[in-house]
Amino acid sequence: MTSRTIKVDQLARVEGEGALKLIARDGVVQLAEFNIFEPPRFFEALLRDRMYAEAPDITARICGICPVAYQMSAVHAMENALGVVVDGPLRELRRLIYCGEWIESHTLHVYMLHAPDFLGYEGAIEMARDHADIVRRGLDLKRVGNSIITLLGGREIHPINVRVGGFYRTPRKRELQPLAEELKRARDRALATVRWTAGFDFPDVERDYEFVALRGDGEYPLSQGRIVSSRGLDISAAEYDEHFEESHVQHSTALHAQIKARGAYLTGPLARYALNSAALSPLAREAACEAGLGPVCVNPFRSIIVRAVEVLYACDEALRIIDDYEEPERPAIDLEPRAGTGFAATEAPRGMLYHRYRLNADGKIADARIVPPTSQNQPSIEEDLRTFANAWLDLPDDTLRHRCEQTIRNHDPCISCATHFLRLEIDRGG
Amino acid sequence: MADRARESRRVVLCIGNLQRGDDAAGRAVARALRVSLGDVEIIEEEGEATTVLARLEGADAAFIVDACVSGATPGDIHRFDIVAGPLPQTAFSASTHGFGLADSLELARALGALPSRCVVYAIEGGTFDIGAPMSPAVAAAVDTVADRLRTEILGE
Repeated sequence: MTSRTIKVDQLARVEGEGALKLIARDGVVQLAEFNIFEPPRFFEALLRDRMYAEAPDITARICGICPVAYQMSAVHAMENALGVVVDGPLRELRRLIYCGEWIESHTLHVYMLHAPDFLGYEGAIEMARDHADIVRRGLDLKRVGNSIITLLGGREIHPINVRVGGFYRTPRKRELQPLAEELKRARDRALATVRWTAGFDFPDVERDYEFVALRGDGEYPLSQGRIVSSRGLDISAAEYDEHFEESHVQHSTALHAQIKARGAYLTGPLARYALNSAALSPLAREAACEAGLGPVCVNPFRSIIVRAVEVLYACDEALRIIDDYEEPERPAIDLEPRAGTGFAATEAPRGMLYHRYRLNADGKIADARIVPPTSQNQPSIEEDLRTFANAWLDLPDDTLRHRCEQTIRNHDPCISCATHFLRLEIDRGG
Repeated sequence: MADRARESRRVVLCIGNLQRGDDAAGRAVARALRVSLGDVEIIEEEGEATTVLARLEGADAAFIVDACVSGATPGDIHRFDIVAGPLPQTAFSASTHGFGLADSLELARALGALPSRCVVYAIEGGTFDIGAPMSPAVAAAVDTVADRLRTEILGE
């Protein structure tokens, strides 16, 4: 029996702390475990007995990279429980702040975390020494995302202006104009980013994922839509629990989500793109086509191009919203507490984020359930490793280790959200 | 006039989290300095890496204050000349998603954006519990760092 053991104590460029174990015997991968050991944070228990209106600000604290996603899922689920629908300019402003988060989070991942893999650098700092102009472009692009969140959210991390029913304050039309000028420059940078990433060398691999994402009514999904899959699922968020289940596995403190009776599925940019590419803006669609993406992309290494396309879309969509913006009469609609259960799923940058809340008649939260994207993607990340690593077992240790790390980074996992750093252990046996 | 103002742009960038015990040290230094440094910009930030970079942009001199954990006694004060060399990574690794102050400053250096004078004052922290006040030793160090910064900046 042939065997080798490879260990990486800290996987860089992922968000959070975890580990990975790969066991191979006689040239075949026997086990691939994505091990998240960061202790659970008990947010769902902490929400109990708090007022419904507190959920957006409490859940925003789950993540410093995607707080808007948590706020959006929370407000929509609460509004669902209270029987109201927020529409018109307030709905558009919610899409706008979500565009800010996509630009900020995706650009961080594309430039600082993922691109160094393709260009052969240890990290963004080493890459910046040779490609300062490119890294500057990424930082400038990311900054427009921060500007959107600061303007609409009151500050760039953990916004404080989002509330159930709308916002605490909505912007005047003239306040959005400087943002539009910034976004026009950002759109050019986003287009350059798509072209830049499309020129990378990608391993020639494919996976037969079941993609799961929201599908909006003729719009690329951000904060609303039905949950659909590439294998025929088409449900409302209220039906999520009937079709998906979470289970505890011994090697992870984050729960693993699966589709009942079918197994692993994938959420995130590849899924959104596969299920909604026709709804992209014309510029984003053209850029995707020019980048060679086609309507569906099943090579997770090419997800960096899809992220870049989504950044371009987010710039375009943000500009559209600003152009069309009419100031709402009131920053939020009135709400009356009542007993009920509310459900919502929205599209966090790294995948679908599901919230469910049961409210008492006084508006206090009786129970809460939050399923973050990384919990949903863990089984698929493990399957990626099991599938791809078989063909890589002849590679030297350093190369194999790097490929495995890259396989995880393809999905921009946010381990902090799911329950921080990744340890990688490869045991080839013998 | 505008050019002259830009040439002499000096910032004190104070980093920390007011709700996490001794991590508030940097922010407390900002508040101690605010009334006494004239046209020097005093900025408070939570430490997000790209925001730190943006704050350093166009500055000729930057004085950065943050809490650190190096194994020294809580309240100990460290001074680093960043132009001479990088910050020790291990003492500044506590940050959002693994990209900390040391990384921000090295990225600034790689991009040619490091101010020609760049000094970090780090106050050794002991407790970072959520909602905890600063420990007495760190609170005392805050006053000392504010005094040293005043002397260093105004004495230029």
